[in-house]
Amino acid sequence: MKPARFDYALASGIADAVALLDGAGGLGRVMAGGQSLIPMMNLRLAQPSLVVDVAGIREMRRAELSNGELYLGAGVTHAMIEDRKTPDATNGMLPFVASGIAYRGVRNRGTIGGSLAHADPAADWPTALLVLGASIDAVGPRGARTLSLEAFLVGAYTTALESNEVLTGVRVPRLSPKARWSYYKVVRKTGEFAHTIGAAVLDPERGVRRVVLGGTGRAPMLVEAAAQRLDRPLGVADAAAILDSAGFDPVERHLHATALSRAITRIHTP
Amino acid sequence: MAGKGIGARLLRKEDDRHLHGRGRFVGDMAPSGMKEVAFVRSPVAHARIRRIVKPEGAEDRVFTLDDLTGVKLIRANSKLPTYKPSDYPVLATGKVRFVGEPIAMCVGDTRAEAEDLAQEVVVDFEDLPPVADMLKAREPGAALVHEQWGSNIALETWRDDDIDAVAAKAAFKVTQECRMARQAMVPMEGKGVLAEWDERQGQLIVHTSTQVPHLIRSGLAEHLGIEERQVRVIAPDVGGGFGFKCVLQPEEVAVCWLARKTRSPIRYLEDRREHLTAAANAREHHYTVTAYTDQRGKILAIDAVVHVDVGAYSVWPFTSCLEAAQAGGNLPGPYIIPTYRVHTYTMATNKPPLSPYRGVARPSVCFAMDLTIDAIARAVGREPYEVRLENLVPASAMPYTNITKKFFDSGDYPESLKRAAKLIGFEAIRERQKKPERDGRLIGVGFATYTEQTAHGTSVFSAWGIPLVPGYEQAMVRLMPDGGLEVRVGVQSHGQGMETTLAQIASEVLTIDPAHISVTHGDTGLTPFSTGTYASRSIVMAGGAVSRASKILVERIMRIGAHLMQVGQADVRVADGRVVGPKSSVDFREIGRVWYKNPEELPANVDLGGVEVTTGYRPNPDTGTFAYSSHAVVVALDPDTGVVELLDYVVVEDCGTMVNPMIVDGQTYGGVAQGIGTALYEEVPYDSEGQPLASTFLDYLLPGATDVPSIRIDHTVSPSPHTEFGIKGMGEGGAIAPPASIANAINDALRPLGAEVNRTPMTPKRVLAAILAAKARKSAA
Repeated sequence: MKPARFDYALASGIADAVALLDGAGGLGRVMAGGQSLIPMMNLRLAQPSLVVDVAGIREMRRAELSNGELYLGAGVTHAMIEDRKTPDATNGMLPFVASGIAYRGVRNRGTIGGSLAHADPAADWPTALLVLGASIDAVGPRGARTLSLEAFLVGAYTTALESNEVLTGVRVPRLSPKARWSYYKVVRKTGEFAHTIGAAVLDPERGVRRVVLGGTGRAPMLVEAAAQRLDRPLGVADAAAILDSAGFDPVERHLHATALSRAITRIHTP
Repeated sequence: MAGKGIGARLLRKEDDRHLHGRGRFVGDMAPSGMKEVAFVRSPVAHARIRRIVKPEGAEDRVFTLDDLTGVKLIRANSKLPTYKPSDYPVLATGKVRFVGEPIAMCVGDTRAEAEDLAQEVVVDFEDLPPVADMLKAREPGAALVHEQWGSNIALETWRDDDIDAVAAKAAFKVTQECRMARQAMVPMEGKGVLAEWDERQGQLIVHTSTQVPHLIRSGLAEHLGIEERQVRVIAPDVGGGFGFKCVLQPEEVAVCWLARKTRSPIRYLEDRREHLTAAANAREHHYTVTAYTDQRGKILAIDAVVHVDVGAYSVWPFTSCLEAAQAGGNLPGPYIIPTYRVHTYTMATNKPPLSPYRGVARPSVCFAMDLTIDAIARAVGREPYEVRLENLVPASAMPYTNITKKFFDSGDYPESLKRAAKLIGFEAIRERQKKPERDGRLIGVGFATYTEQTAHGTSVFSAWGIPLVPGYEQAMVRLMPDGGLEVRVGVQSHGQGMETTLAQIASEVLTIDPAHISVTHGDTGLTPFSTGTYASRSIVMAGGAVSRASKILVERIMRIGAHLMQVGQADVRVADGRVVGPKSSVDFREIGRVWYKNPEELPANVDLGGVEVTTGYRPNPDTGTFAYSSHAVVVALDPDTGVVELLDYVVVEDCGTMVNPMIVDGQTYGGVAQGIGTALYEEVPYDSEGQPLASTFLDYLLPGATDVPSIRIDHTVSPSPHTEFGIKGMGEGGAIAPPASIANAINDALRPLGAEVNRTPMTPKRVLAAILAAKARKSAA
């Protein structure tokens, strides 16, 4: 369990990181906290020729509230969010989700941008940020672009990021003070990846109602039919009916329906 | 030393170094010039090897079996009729028989360089159909793991009582099927071996993470084709063994061959992926148990078919027979079974060899038998607790020889169950279950009771006829010139705390403070021969030997002491490290001084063996002393997710005289945690191609601190009449009952839904699947 040979570069800034990646001809990988990349390299499942370390880029740890939007640099760690060392615009949802990611040791190093770029379907940030209607900033050789989470998350472990693009930050719309959220996941034991995640946001002031199902083995999905029924609790059987055509086996469907049902029910529980 | 001998709650001597991170494991050792190896392992379960291509320019750093001159195939024999031994090559030759089987050994200055080399080795395979499941392995037309056998059955055993006569008069017939998954053992430290050639001694010095250094010496000498005196095996600190480290690993042999050939230190450290997929596999049993009972659920007969999936090869020296032999023999458990029929099939498959894991077959037989007891209770419409109580061997029957000739030496099994029920608050739980829980979860309570045969010796192992049979366990004790004591034993302590407990036993006899007693173990160069630490034997066997040796030594000390005080030997005794006479006393320090430094003061009739004694010990009978225990557990089960939470866990255990009750508790906690792992989390699933699906801790879940409840332990003490101080072994026990107790609790919780689980681990998915299947049955009906 030792990685194959690779070159390592400590990027001095975002432009430097992009240049380094661009020079690696598609074989470079960005490393922030290294909580997914390093195990994959040790197992030789990932054998990048160049690892571009972005952990030293101060700009990527920036976090600020402005214009009705929370900006979190991609290098912000889960622990910083959990400890509320970054501003919150989500009525406590981001710190709640952060506190449930893996173990504290992982949260100390793992970053929000790294988790999104890795796009593990069972991870927390893709589901949580999708339900919040967030978007990501990416910078490549041809400049910067912003992508909605819907557009960014393509599939399991697959994003719309180009191999020479660096995910630099996340933009999270600010929830209204009266907006409500819920986040319900089923894990076999504390700290493990989720088997299902139900997440909901109800923000009538902004006209936002979103429900996301995560932990399904695919990219997290918006569940429009459930979002339409966000005004009152949703039973497991009704949730299962909504998921009927989603192609889950009966046990998975029941589990996912339970997560959806509980997420929606909890949004009504003060 | 008053208060520090047997029964004292002494802090472990080992704790200081381990809690300060100053233990010394194979991974901490790196002599200068050391090279490291990595193995090329098979990516396929079953294939012919057409060709192995070494990377160009690296031919002298890559080794296949053809290069390993003089190395023998590992063949573990057994006297059991029908047994088919396998030739387990140190590196695969001809065929590969499981994913992870070592094919070539690559050496580099670092492990990373060795892995780079391994990645470049090309192996050309001709795929063969894999044998991935033990039940399918018996079907006609199944591919053969070992063609020359003509089938995949490695061992078949049976016992044929006349069931039909009993069946005719039985009121109930209950059939319970169950399956225990293949899992890994996962000690904190994986396997590690460092071999060096010592020119001065002409000896291979092997530091290896093992429970059985003397066995490994024999194994290495035999398989390398060198003399035993040319091998010294040292087990340094060992971070858990659990059975995995009591068998000879092919990697161990390969590394030793290379060290001898190259004359430079060679180290192999198993990584966690290798551990999970290629090595420490365990458990995997399947049972169909049919019980015939009377109206009340009293068992009249048991008729069982057992399958064990032992993987591709038979491990040395314990063989692939161990599991099925124990399963057939131990299935009756602590219960009275008047008539018994059992047929066991030990099946070879394209998976890693099964190694004996804490409890060996007993967690599986306890799972099978205690699920059967609960199934009987459901069938006859009574409380499982009561049916269990009625079938247990009563105290009045002790000592009791059961149907498979197990000799239960002492104890009160029903009392342990009664105490467990009381401690867990059985009646209160039954009350609680009458009202729905506010969170919608279902509450269940479950029990399991087992016997743990420990320290079984010569007569048991010689009947199996395995390569090395344990005999008289030896210990050496030596009074030092300053009155301290050295104890040397051939067993190995890797978490059992024997540096403390063996010192307590010596202290009990010699009255020397354990603080001044050193226990040396795990080094063939320094200790008497022993087959090592396994089968919960060491505290009985090595402890008994230390006791016997100490008793001889104390006589010699008293003789010298009496002479120094000029009183008769009959007039002296020992206390607090002194020989005490009618009017005066002599410190052991004086005895040491006189023997070593001033022999002119010795009596004329002094024993020429001096103040050093090596002697052997074996209990009589040596068929094993039986510890036992009842476990009770309360679960809360979420019927919409299948997630099970353990709310309370109670153990009432009896291991006879406790040498150190804190260590007994510690062993119990650890065992129960591992049993919880078997019950709820741990599994190496294999797909139909024989690919392991859990190769890292991402997929292989272990119980963590948050998943193990506070275990409440109660003790009863039924000393064995046949061992020194009435001590029984107990190291494996904790791990035996949890799969059964937790399954019974889950099934108790599921009862209103008409659902049942019967295979480990009882994952949320499996529990939920059982619930949905029951719902489907209901709506179909």
